[in-house]
Amino acid sequence: MKCSGNAHVYGDNIDTDRIIPGKYTKTLDLQSLADHVLEDLDPDFRTRFTVGDVLVGGDNFGCGSSREQAPVALKVVGISVVIARYFARIFFRNAINIGLPVLEVPDHDIQPSDVLTVDMARGEVLNQTQQKTYRATQMPDIMLAILAEGGLVPYLKKHGDYRATLR
Amino acid sequence: MNLTVAEKILYAHVGKLTRAGDIAITPVDGAMATDTTAPMAIKAFGEMGGTRLWDAERFHLVLDHAAPAPNERVANLHKLMRDFAREQGCALYEIGQGICHQIMVEQGHVRPGHVFIGADSHTSTYGALNAMACGVGSTDLAAVMLTGKIWLKVPHTIRIDCRGQLPDGVSPKDLVLYLTGQLGISGATYMAVEFDGEAFESMTLAGRMAVANLLAEMGAKTGFVTPVGLHIPHAWAAAGWEGTFADPDANYVKTLTVDVSKLRPQVAAPESPDNVVDIDRHLGTKIDYAFIGTCGNGRLEDLRAAAAVLNGQHIAPGVRFVIAPASKQTLLDAIQDGTAYALIQAGATIINPGCGPCVGTHEGVPADGEVVISSANRNFRGRMGNPRSQIFLASPATVAASALTGEITHAGNL
Ligand code: SF4
Repeated sequence: MKCSGNAHVYGDNIDTDRIIPGKYTKTLDLQSLADHVLEDLDPDFRTRFTVGDVLVGGDNFGCGSSREQAPVALKVVGISVVIARYFARIFFRNAINIGLPVLEVPDHDIQPSDVLTVDMARGEVLNQTQQKTYRATQMPDIMLAILAEGGLVPYLKKHGDYRATLR
Repeated sequence: MNLTVAEKILYAHVGKLTRAGDIAITPVDGAMATDTTAPMAIKAFGEMGGTRLWDAERFHLVLDHAAPAPNERVANLHKLMRDFAREQGCALYEIGQGICHQIMVEQGHVRPGHVFIGADSHTSTYGALNAMACGVGSTDLAAVMLTGKIWLKVPHTIRIDCRGQLPDGVSPKDLVLYLTGQLGISGATYMAVEFDGEAFESMTLAGRMAVANLLAEMGAKTGFVTPVGLHIPHAWAAAGWEGTFADPDANYVKTLTVDVSKLRPQVAAPESPDNVVDIDRHLGTKIDYAFIGTCGNGRLEDLRAAAAVLNGQHIAPGVRFVIAPASKQTLLDAIQDGTAYALIQAGATIINPGCGPCVGTHEGVPADGEVVISSANRNFRGRMGNPRSQIFLASPATVAASALTGEITHAGNL
């Protein structure tokens, strides 16, 4: 999977309350989450954003609550991939499980509005603006297998159970 | 064998040895979801092709985050959960029964040595019981509902050794706030934490739960308070159980040794739970709103600590003081022993057992510019429903002392 888009860059420890405030999470209307995504962090986000853009964080992206509404909100608004130096663990799992591509890139100097091309299969991010390539951390096989099916729902629908994997 | 507690518990479940860094697919002993996470999990369960729970006896639903329902949207989600529970024959804890984590422990759904999966980040609280408990999101939980299993990366472990006894007036919450400040909000990301040492050995179950609760604020996957000195109020516990102990030569990524005997009360200043300092740094900061409750510190011991600090006096004019008992049992006990009477006399508003205003959904959202002092576990911007308010985290004694004076106050100075 390959995607290209503008980078929206935020700092370290972006918590799930900033991705989607708890008061909006009690719903099954997933589209409604998109209306409030990142609203306490960056009230102008929606005006600068185009579908397919890339969200970029620093350390510990997605810390805080277990709310899956956080990656869902990013997915339904149309973020193509989230890049961070590293992710909080529940957010990381949730994103893969709902089929939102996420990449851990420990070393990057991506700036706001840089144009990025992300190659998920190769674990590479090309920064077209700065003419640089960054490498992502290798994900466990089981996560790659889940992401390859489009998330844990299609994965289990197809396989019925977890398939053993050692890495 | 040089195994950590996490490696041992997983070994016992998976039937083969896995080490930190390996992937383990493990059966679980129990699972639960709340009104924030269950509706999406139920939907995903159906989409996965699920028709029956893997084991209805081991699955529990709790209405606690926005309960009773504040609006029609939530009311319909509650109904969806009730319908699902009826259809599947699993337990559903109704509004007013309390917070999921308190209920799982009180009802004995989680036991020492269990692998327990909860669709809530503070599931780590059961580390107080020496269980391996991990918080997940809705889709992971749906997979547990379907298969009775979860995949986990076997965590590396940090050991925290707390020497000495906590001084009078310094609570387990102060200790764990201090440790959170030391480790930082991502200090234990992907890892397990073992809490060991004298300071924990003399701690009540409630205190141990307050400690394990903040594992989530260290980024940890799970954690364990030493089972030494653990008293469990359940019939099965009387029959005797053996805690899981790490081998003496277990591999740790890091060991932290702390002398707790001179610790001062702590506060976490806005807007992060690891922004922790001695209370002295913020003494005198004006507060508008004091809150005691949550899976962090809303237990009987916490309510009693608050009542003891208030000591028959009335809270400061212009301050509101909201208390949400962690469970129905907590409230009943507090009524029976006079704690609830004393708190209400002092000016507190006791709301129904549950999460209350913790997550900004209902029952006490702060106004613009207001300052809250709370016994909860999170003070992120907007956490209580208003991004223009500020939240300090502290022990129940500090919260009560601050309600009394209208400013952040050390209970020992009253
Ligand atoms: S009390 Fe607060 S932190 Fe605990 S489960 Fe409820 S919302 Fe989450």
